[in-house]
Amino acid sequence: MNKNVERLYNGIVKENPTFILMLGMCPTLAVTTSATNAIGMGLSTMVVLIISNFVISLFRKLIPDEVRLPAYIVIVASFVTVVQLIMQAYFVEINKSLGVYIPLIVVNCIILGRAEAYASKNDPIPSIFDGLGMGLGFTLGLFLLGAFRELLGAGTVFGIQIAPSFYEPIAVLVKAPGAFLVLGCIIMVMNAWGISTRANKMVEEGCASCAGCGTPGTENCDKKEEVKA
Amino acid sequence: MSLFMIIITAALVNNVVLSQFLGICSFVGVSNKIKTSFSLGMAVIFVLTIASAVANLIYTFILEPFSLGYLQTIVFILVIAALVQLVEMFLKKTSPGLYQALGIFLPLITTNCAVLGVALNNVTDGYNFIESVINGFGTAVGYTIAIVLLAGIRESMVDNDVPAPVQGAPLVLFAAALMGMAFFGFSTLTLG
Repeated sequence: MNKNVERLYNGIVKENPTFILMLGMCPTLAVTTSATNAIGMGLSTMVVLIISNFVISLFRKLIPDEVRLPAYIVIVASFVTVVQLIMQAYFVEINKSLGVYIPLIVVNCIILGRAEAYASKNDPIPSIFDGLGMGLGFTLGLFLLGAFRELLGAGTVFGIQIAPSFYEPIAVLVKAPGAFLVLGCIIMVMNAWGISTRANKMVEEGCASCAGCGTPGTENCDKKEEVKA
Repeated sequence: MSLFMIIITAALVNNVVLSQFLGICSFVGVSNKIKTSFSLGMAVIFVLTIASAVANLIYTFILEPFSLGYLQTIVFILVIAALVQLVEMFLKKTSPGLYQALGIFLPLITTNCAVLGVALNNVTDGYNFIESVINGFGTAVGYTIAIVLLAGIRESMVDNDVPAPVQGAPLVLFAAALMGMAFFGFSTLTLG
């Protein structure tokens, strides 16, 4: 299989960030109250991911190893700011409903994770496709969650009435607790089907897997074990 | 808005984890023991209060006068990262006991979106210095309440006989969902 196509497949199916890697949990839970919000968030993240992957890959030989994380964060934050300004200018409604979660793309684990795991080691063109695949996978995951919650919780998808009029919407699903409930159900179904996700590992290992996006936290978790011992 | 209102709103009504979904990673990941999650909560209170203060000072005295408000995301994330490092070094030198207790959690907090989220929210809500600090403190208290409660629930569920597919993450998420419903009651709270 062509390398670029393989990257797309990897991001959308094999290592889907929402369902398999369980990265970017905060936006996954917070903005999936409707399909529109989910798509808006997914596409904004995808744009940042593609551009930052490309730029980080271009500069990968120039950035000294010791300061690579701060350098990545500055690059990512710059593009997040650009996306935020574009959203404020052209997508006023979506920007208003996504609110603080747009600037928070900076701390989304997917972006720093891909920078560390892929873009910093590979050529720019495959890095773009890696970003595109992961971004599409994330958008798809958010869309499925958002559409599901909106359909059952409000009877609509993209604001269009889908459910028959006698259907009584389960309002809690579009409220905050519904996010935990739906994600819990999805992981439960995946567990039952024997699809392994990072979720259970995350719950058991805690800190180590939380710092999984190549953050300095990882070394400190080792320190923690030493303290215990 | 009175300061008391801000603290109650930040800690209970708009709970940072259960209604704003910030810091989910550590909420799910580091909540298997009450003791550890309490220490993490203390570290979050410590960092969030200081970070709110510093972010507010930087915004009021540097970004706003030079109309650089659009740089807030970049500036805040760098300041928070540097601040956490500084706090870590300072604690290591001056208070080894406190460092033992909180130090291991400090780097984890840099990537905790709650810190950046609160700093940005303080600007959006137009809080002044005192209000920002109080909001940061209240938010962190809300985080601590939520994570310690979840750890308590998880500790008492350890020996329960749970169907295999629900074990692990789903169980934690269901517990969080029930907590979220309970906290939902606070949203109808009217003060004063």
